[in-house]
Amino acid sequence: MALALQQLINGLTLGAVYGLIAIGYTMVYGIIGMINFAHGDIYMVSAFIAITGFTLLAALGVSSVPLGLVLVLLLAVAFTSVYGWTVERVAYRPLRGSTRLAPLISAIGMSIFLQNMVQLTQGARVKPIPPVLVGGIDLLTIDGFTVRLAYSQLLIVFVTLALMGGFTWLITRTSFGRQQRSCEQDRTMTALLGIDVDRTISLTFMLGAALAAVAGVMVTVYYGVVDFFIGFVAGIKAFTAAVLGGIGSLPGAMLGGLLIGLIEAFWAAYLSAEYKDVATFSILILALMFRPSGLLGRPEVEKV
Amino acid sequence: MSTLVFAQHPVSLAERLRDASAVALITVLLGIPMIGLTTVDQGGSLQVVTRWPALAAFVAAGFFGRLLLRWAIDQWQARRRTRTAAASSATRGVNPLLRRGGWLALGVALALPVVFPENRYVVDTATTVLIYVMLGWGLNVVVGLAGLLDLGYVAFYAVGAYTYALLSTQFGWTFWESLPVAGAMAATFGVLLGWPTLRLRGDYLAIVTLGFGEIVRVILVNWTEMSGGPNGITSIPRPTFFGLPFRPPGDEPTFASFFALEYSPNQRLIFLYYLILALALLTNAFVTRMRRLPVGRAWEALREDEIACKAMGIHARNVKLSAFALGAMLGGFAGVFFAARQGFISPESFTFNESAIILAIVVLGGMGSQLGVVLASLVLVLLPELGRDFAEYRMLLFGAAMILIMIWRPGGILAHREPTLRYHGAGAGR
Repeated sequence: MALALQQLINGLTLGAVYGLIAIGYTMVYGIIGMINFAHGDIYMVSAFIAITGFTLLAALGVSSVPLGLVLVLLLAVAFTSVYGWTVERVAYRPLRGSTRLAPLISAIGMSIFLQNMVQLTQGARVKPIPPVLVGGIDLLTIDGFTVRLAYSQLLIVFVTLALMGGFTWLITRTSFGRQQRSCEQDRTMTALLGIDVDRTISLTFMLGAALAAVAGVMVTVYYGVVDFFIGFVAGIKAFTAAVLGGIGSLPGAMLGGLLIGLIEAFWAAYLSAEYKDVATFSILILALMFRPSGLLGRPEVEKV
Repeated sequence: MSTLVFAQHPVSLAERLRDASAVALITVLLGIPMIGLTTVDQGGSLQVVTRWPALAAFVAAGFFGRLLLRWAIDQWQARRRTRTAAASSATRGVNPLLRRGGWLALGVALALPVVFPENRYVVDTATTVLIYVMLGWGLNVVVGLAGLLDLGYVAFYAVGAYTYALLSTQFGWTFWESLPVAGAMAATFGVLLGWPTLRLRGDYLAIVTLGFGEIVRVILVNWTEMSGGPNGITSIPRPTFFGLPFRPPGDEPTFASFFALEYSPNQRLIFLYYLILALALLTNAFVTRMRRLPVGRAWEALREDEIACKAMGIHARNVKLSAFALGAMLGGFAGVFFAARQGFISPESFTFNESAIILAIVVLGGMGSQLGVVLASLVLVLLPELGRDFAEYRMLLFGAAMILIMIWRPGGILAHREPTLRYHGAGAGR
């Protein structure tokens, strides 16, 4: 019972991170209909920026944890958004209106490029930082097993909730959100109505990168270690989450992320830690077999 | 297609400088966190190290690179405008050079070990190229002909390799006995994966196949009793020449003693080379024949328009499944050869990167083009080989090359889709 509760907390934390990354996939897929394969690596870049940021702040003598966190979050979001913009501008925009496979190949190339660039410039070894946020709350003890809610987990859940709230407002209430949704529905018509489609797509990529940046900082705070390969696995899982929730749907991405996080945590605790990735992908295959449009996605209508 | 006419005005120097400065600003922002700053492990804790000269070089490269690129693009566009105005009817059909390119490539491939009998490196690299050619042709059936995006092709390659490795080390099966079994095994896996998932739309299929590739790899890493885990399987027997092994002379008859030749380790290398060449050519002949059969034509028709195919009474799933199984089988064959050549396999060889490279070969070559696959394999295998001097940068360059080739020719190097069949009746107009 205690273990289950602990895994519930761990799973929700992990799921929140997957959800944040999944939103980037789902938005990009919604607007230009491609799998942005490099998105996981954008998240990895942000984790490296966070490592540099925390080390730099420690060297400068900033000892206040909240101030440090806010500064690193802002820095990571700013720099990572530029990466998101550049990836779209360099690798995807020239291929708009080309075959469906061309941008995907270009995206795989970009993913390989980013991974190797980080490996070259930042080193191939695992980078550990001293824990940023220590301590936690002991919730309850059952049979000598203490269920613990770490402050870093609390932080991740709160930041994710706040971002989801802000993001929902941005997409449903603001003029940018309207433009974004209208681009998803019909790009040509949107352009005819005088909306700069290229700019909207660029902003979408930057927003997705910003959310991935937050996820990267959160993971750095939570685990304290980063290497250049973390983007690949996290990227695939986040994409799985986006598909599971119904690609194109923002609440779906978050729901999918939480589900994947929970499945992973419980599978690792009760069945086998080695096969947790197999569990994730098997559930993806099952979900697609029985509900191909995802949990919250709209069924696709084929037009002849 | 209609021709768009843009207002032409000479770009002023100030405009070019402004444009390049904007790019330089972006490179500053990109460069600061990755190039300008890095962390180095000093005495157990990380320290920030600055590299401003490297950052300055990067920004300068961005500025001048952009200036040069813009200038080159403007020149090229201006030239293209005048050219299209002069002759709008571009050459149609296959370039006659390309038509003979296949035979030329075959000639070169056959002559290669004769020209370089003592050069292990050349023959070995050529063997690697041919493995990728074979994998590319196998995946071409799935992606190029049937239009199904498969991101987990390496799983079938792994199934073939492990089937041979287990059959030979556990049960003493020979290469030739294992080959059909491994092919059938890979095809079975293809059907197992394809049966439930092939009705999915393209991108969903892509991610499911990617997941399947990872599942196979994770199982290979963790199921130690079966696969040897991360250590893999060692001392896999090498293929023999009709039962004659390639060994230094001993009690049993060997290849060298039977033909009264002096033993040389290169003999096996050259034999392996011709073996994979024969397998690859067989694959090619098989696939080009299949394309002319009703099922092959159905693949290409499905790629072009699935709904129309269904209306014509083609059973979409079974046709797709046949392409999937066939592609998987060819991948399995390549896997058997890979295991036999290396003598050692481990899950390391079957990562997603490998799938990405094979897919890149098919797409860069121009989907559906057999010769394009050969060209792309040459480029993608030789590019990292040439870059061996700066080995650290080879995967970086590989990624960049994938992006650039896609932007340059989104349809692939040999971007041209020749229909396998053409209506030659009245009004076909050719």
